[in-house]
Amino acid sequence: MIMKLIIAYIQPHKLNDVKQTLYKAEVFKMSVTNSLGCGQQKGYHESYRGVGMEVNLLKKVRLEIAVNDNFVDRTIAAIIQGAKTGQIGDGKIFVLDLPQCIRIRTEERGSEAIG
Amino acid sequence: MMDTMWVLITAFLVFFMNLGFAAVESGFARAKNCVNIMSKNFIVFAVSSLGFLIIGWGLMFGDGSGLVGLKGLFFAGGADNSPAIGEAYKGVYSAISWTGVPLWAKFFFQLVFCGTAATIVSGAVCERIKYVAFIAFSFAMAMFIYPVIGHWVWGGGWLAKLGMFDFAGSTVVHSVGGWAALAGVIILGPRIGKFDNGHIKAIPGHNLSLATLGTFVLWFGWFGFNPGSTMAADANAIGHIAVTTNTAAAAAIMSATILSWVLLGKPDLGMTLNGCLAGLVAITAPCAFVSVGASIVIGLIAGVLVVLAVMMFDRLRLDDPVGALSVHLVNGVFGTICVGLFAIDKITGTATGNGLFYGGGFKLLGAQLAAVVTVGLFVFVVAMAIWAILKAVIGIRVSREEELRGLDIGEHGNEAYSGFQVFTTE
Repeated sequence: MIMKLIIAYIQPHKLNDVKQTLYKAEVFKMSVTNSLGCGQQKGYHESYRGVGMEVNLLKKVRLEIAVNDNFVDRTIAAIIQGAKTGQIGDGKIFVLDLPQCIRIRTEERGSEAIG
Repeated sequence: MMDTMWVLITAFLVFFMNLGFAAVESGFARAKNCVNIMSKNFIVFAVSSLGFLIIGWGLMFGDGSGLVGLKGLFFAGGADNSPAIGEAYKGVYSAISWTGVPLWAKFFFQLVFCGTAATIVSGAVCERIKYVAFIAFSFAMAMFIYPVIGHWVWGGGWLAKLGMFDFAGSTVVHSVGGWAALAGVIILGPRIGKFDNGHIKAIPGHNLSLATLGTFVLWFGWFGFNPGSTMAADANAIGHIAVTTNTAAAAAIMSATILSWVLLGKPDLGMTLNGCLAGLVAITAPCAFVSVGASIVIGLIAGVLVVLAVMMFDRLRLDDPVGALSVHLVNGVFGTICVGLFAIDKITGTATGNGLFYGGGFKLLGAQLAAVVTVGLFVFVVAMAIWAILKAVIGIRVSREEELRGLDIGEHGNEAYSGFQVFTTE
């Protein structure tokens, strides 16, 4: 079966909501990291002892989810449901082909290892 | 001279407890709210200093009715010939004329206690309260709630006349702060995510090193809080009080640690730290009235109470991020009752009469219970009214999005740990 790697950048404060919608869609496996980035949203304003700072890189959370092909649509739908506010800065989802996946403990490969 | 030195040095120790509270509260909360908590703990002493000077002192110690002081209300400006004491005293602050130190030494010592009562509220309402609402409430604490109760107990008011004793403030400081905090916790509601789908969720503090440092600072400051409340360098009393204070803290640390080990499977550091504070709060009222042996018993029970109370408030769906209710309210009440149980007449000179366990019957215990009930009712009702007014006029809770992102950015535009990787999502 074809495998995909889904990478999503979302607002940090929407992570909890996204985790819950993914859980309801029966997507239980994910990696989460902090990331910094900028898109259309540009910077927000922060100050230190009264002096303004332009912060160009915004805090985002990066989700990585490896799935079999038949799970791609429902994973994307769940991320959108949890992360979408309609405001600028909601984030982006990338879907990549994933040539191989190996579970280290059992040395299983491919779709077996992902599921 | 010795007395004035003692009163001021212990007052400075109590001032230092502001750092203790700031460190404990921010350590027990999340990184994204650290700036906000530090800001609240810092500004609250400024608020107390001004509020207590403007009218708090006068309401508390001015001669007046059994309910409130009426003379020399503003800027501690009434007639006064301190350090004259007893019959020689000619002034309007006669309730505190028993101590032979100058007026401003009395004022400063009482001020740092007022600051402590106000700062207790901060921890219980943290991670969701608007900065401006907290500042407004703190003014109400320093200018009305705390001084009125202070007048009842320490200012020659009706509880003092009834024969109720609170040496250093289990009732006046800790339970007052605790009841006001309880009203705030109820009206604010829990933090987002604390009670999801009927489950109690742990929201771990971000820096237990800071919480430990703060607890040590508070423990240290308590050697000013309790022994200083003699307001005189009374050689016998201050040694006795230092030892009862420390012994209760030590016993409470042990019992809280052991109980959390048994109930939770591991010795939770947060419970050990709160156990220490629980013992200190509980011994605050009785420290000068009980034996060192009794202080062990009081401490052991306080440590058990704090662990059970933390779990009880969670089950009641009352979200207290730092355990302020379990420490200050529950053990403030318990310590007040302990005077009625364990007091030994004139053990350090004060004629309290004996407590129930020493053959004194129910007279002292009755007065202590009257204080627990009336202070609780008054503070809870007044605090609830003030919170409700603030909620209607300026709002007391930040928006959902701000709470999730953290109050540091939303309220202050600052980060506590700029340059560090901080997860701001939980």
